Amino acid sequence: MGAESVKAGGVRSKPATAGLVGRDAGWWAAAAAIVALLHFVLPLLPLNAYHVQVLMYVGINVILAASLNLVNGYMGEFSVGHAGFMAVGAYVSAVTMLWAVPRAWWPYFFPVSVVLGGAGAAAVGLLVAIPSFRTRGDYLAIVTLALNMIVKSVIENIEAVGGPRGLVGIARLTSPAWVYLWVFVTLGALRQFLHSRFGRGVQAIREDEVAAEIIGIETRRVKLQAFLIAAFFAGVAGGLYAHLIQFINPKSFDIVKSTEILVMVYLGGVASLAGSVLGAAIYTVLLELLRFLGLWRWVLAPLLLVLLMILRPRGILGYQEPAALIPWRERLLRRRAGEGAKVVGAP
Amino acid sequence: MAFYIAQQIVNALQLGSVYALIALGYSMVYGVLRLINFAHGDIFMVGAFLGFFAAAVLRWPFVATLLFSMVATAALGVTIERLAYRPLRDAPRVSAVITALGIGLFLEHFTLATVGAQPRQIPRMIPMHFYTLPGDIGFSSTQAVILAVALVLMLALDLFVNRTLMGMAMRAISWDIRHLPLMGVPVNRVISLTFAIGSALAAAGGILVGLAYPIIDPYMGILVGWKAFVAAVVGGIGSIRGAMLGGYILAATEVLVAAFLPSTYRDFVAFSLLLLLLVFKPTGLMGRVWAQKV
Repeated sequence: MGAESVKAGGVRSKPATAGLVGRDAGWWAAAAAIVALLHFVLPLLPLNAYHVQVLMYVGINVILAASLNLVNGYMGEFSVGHAGFMAVGAYVSAVTMLWAVPRAWWPYFFPVSVVLGGAGAAAVGLLVAIPSFRTRGDYLAIVTLALNMIVKSVIENIEAVGGPRGLVGIARLTSPAWVYLWVFVTLGALRQFLHSRFGRGVQAIREDEVAAEIIGIETRRVKLQAFLIAAFFAGVAGGLYAHLIQFINPKSFDIVKSTEILVMVYLGGVASLAGSVLGAAIYTVLLELLRFLGLWRWVLAPLLLVLLMILRPRGILGYQEPAALIPWRERLLRRRAGEGAKVVGAP
Repeated sequence: MAFYIAQQIVNALQLGSVYALIALGYSMVYGVLRLINFAHGDIFMVGAFLGFFAAAVLRWPFVATLLFSMVATAALGVTIERLAYRPLRDAPRVSAVITALGIGLFLEHFTLATVGAQPRQIPRMIPMHFYTLPGDIGFSSTQAVILAVALVLMLALDLFVNRTLMGMAMRAISWDIRHLPLMGVPVNRVISLTFAIGSALAAAGGILVGLAYPIIDPYMGILVGWKAFVAAVVGGIGSIRGAMLGGYILAATEVLVAAFLPSTYRDFVAFSLLLLLLVFKPTGLMGRVWAQKV
């Protein structure tokens, strides 16, 4: 990692990167094409409502897993309360729609409400980011766990949003196209962030926080940004989830949900966006496929996870990234540095 | 009023004993392996169900039930360590944590699938008496037994860790696991013993919970487990006396909140206090500060 960034730094002094940024447009075009494909072609396919529903679950879980991977995989912290941010997003998004927007405008206001949900979650993310300056590792796990519990407890105590009974009357506005648009926005934003100056800082913190501080990385600012971004996308996922399920209650966002997201991240692989996609897809689809086992699927699934962890402790794609998820400029720099397109940096 | 407060103190001691017993297991395992054993709350639940089996099905008396559950759960803890955690000892630390989460889910749902979802009731094993102390403080025979069992176990553990050779080996592992084999310490055996003791204490906690709040169910370990984890952190995770202290502090907070506010605020206040504590004292009350090597 160290040697590579030195070499990359040397190459970066050459200009001529401006034209290369345009090459990344291909990625965005592909993303847009897939979203359009989903929107127009999906209704033509012989998929029933259940398949579409599972497809949307997969997308929402991809957003959750990828955003948590930023903190847990790339930054090397251990955040265990991601469902708390999802809860904030879900409630903010649903409540703004129900209370402030006339019913006729709902379809148009939906994207705004999802962004508002993300912003609300990011605001709560501040509450985690600040203690994270002082506590690390296992103690941060406690901070995030406590935040998850606090969020759930606060919602349970607000009668106006239904308290423990939950909130009903949310419209079903989430469609596969919306979900996958957000999947690509999430992956694209994380992809750009990870290969920016701050993104490198995130990974430097994972390797050695003290050393990162010494070489001039503003660790507080980097941590703050990472937590805010992760919380924002968890909130977005919450907003999408609320408008898909049409019913939210505090219990859907408890520590069990957070555990599920953790499992997706570590199953797919740490420090890998593709890993998060894979982890979320495998986990969601596997649990649906095992549905015929009834109760026993919950006995079998954790055993598969344990087995996988013993065989592949870093997850399926840990520390690996396909070229498509690395910005073009970065790939070029690595090729010049003789690194290929593989992400190196496993400690 | 004084009576009311005294009564709350008795309640807090009762709940705190349970939290402390479970927190000890967390803290000991963390001490030797630096592993947050997320399955610990579920080991506690299995302990309670084994106690239910001994007491309700085999109709054993209290002491036999307690011993049976502690021994069987200790064996379970050692088996889990052997099969799931030992292969990962040199892997990245989070893999072991995720494995622990997986084991926890497995224990919950295996119990659910075999025993069923309906809550079970551990039969009353201790004849009911009420005692009144001077100053009108009342407590029941159940509460007396809970406190006595918890205190005896904690005292025994404290003596074991601080006064015996195995206890010294345990403390040594928590200090430096890498170089310890060079000193001739059988690291694997000490770690197995740590899991055995931690699981046995959790099982004792499970039986005591079954005495105090007679309903047990397969998911009971989740919340109690997290709370015991919080207790261990409040005391400073890795510190044994800290875990005991943390258990009683958490219970006292919860009982106080439940006494003066609507009980739905209990978790909110308890966890907010925890956040505040960690901001000002990031390694808990009795936690060790690790020197940062630069």
